[in-house]
Amino acid sequence: MTSQHDRTGTRIGMWLFLYTEIILFGGLFVLYAVYFHEYSAAFAENGKELNRVIGAFNTILLLVSSFTVAASLTAIRRQAKRLCLLLLAASLLCGSVFLVNKYFEWGHKFAVGIYPNSPLLASAPPGKNIFFGLYYVITGLHGLHVIIGMSLLALCLVLVHRDRITAHRFTILENSGLYWHLVDLIWIFVFPLFYLIL
Amino acid sequence: MDSAQQHLTSYTTLALVLAALLLLTGITIGVSYLDLGAFNVPLTLTIASAKVSLVLLFFMHLKYEGWAIKISVLVTICVLAIMIGLTFCDVAFR
Repeated sequence: MTSQHDRTGTRIGMWLFLYTEIILFGGLFVLYAVYFHEYSAAFAENGKELNRVIGAFNTILLLVSSFTVAASLTAIRRQAKRLCLLLLAASLLCGSVFLVNKYFEWGHKFAVGIYPNSPLLASAPPGKNIFFGLYYVITGLHGLHVIIGMSLLALCLVLVHRDRITAHRFTILENSGLYWHLVDLIWIFVFPLFYLIL
Repeated sequence: MDSAQQHLTSYTTLALVLAALLLLTGITIGVSYLDLGAFNVPLTLTIASAKVSLVLLFFMHLKYEGWAIKISVLVTICVLAIMIGLTFCDVAFR
């Protein structure tokens, strides 16, 4: 290696970016909290319309994919390239199934007339309209992050395959992993707030 | 930092963390079926915070990071707490 590579510095840079993401979602959670305070009964009632089984399954998928990403970093650092590729492919699979589930979830809601600015929601009491508004904005933004995270992991998969990510140079994989874990962190709050409220 | 010096998390540790996360997910779902009145939301948020801490500490290697990242993560969490806290000073006592 000819160039100097500041591994701690690149990690700090990635974390700084993650802080902006935390504040972005934090703002949306503040919005959720204020309206939950205002319309707690309506939130609890409408939360029951979301499918808990799909929600729980998606939670498990993201947790498992976070594990496989973390393990892929351990694998590449132990020179286990094949295992690293397998673990990254497994993470991508989990991410894809997550998105397919989300597609069916949203599709079902659209079919019963619950979508932003639908006639049903527009004439519904404010609590219902706000709950599903927040649901679409937060899960939508989160879904976008899942897509970006998967693109990064796919890039890492290619780079590992081409030996551009190795036991001695793995910053891209490490930082993509951090991003993927952040997506998981956000979902850890989204799941109970939307699917499990009493 | 040289790659040899940087902490390497073993598969066993990662698997144990995953097991703990799945267990906590099960507990959150179980608890959501019980009516604990005012305690439901705080309990759910406590469990979520425990899960987030596990992900941060082990999957994101925060436990093995230097002070720069550790302190800045705490600062970010404090900023978030201030944001939520001050908002509720308005909303709750309006």
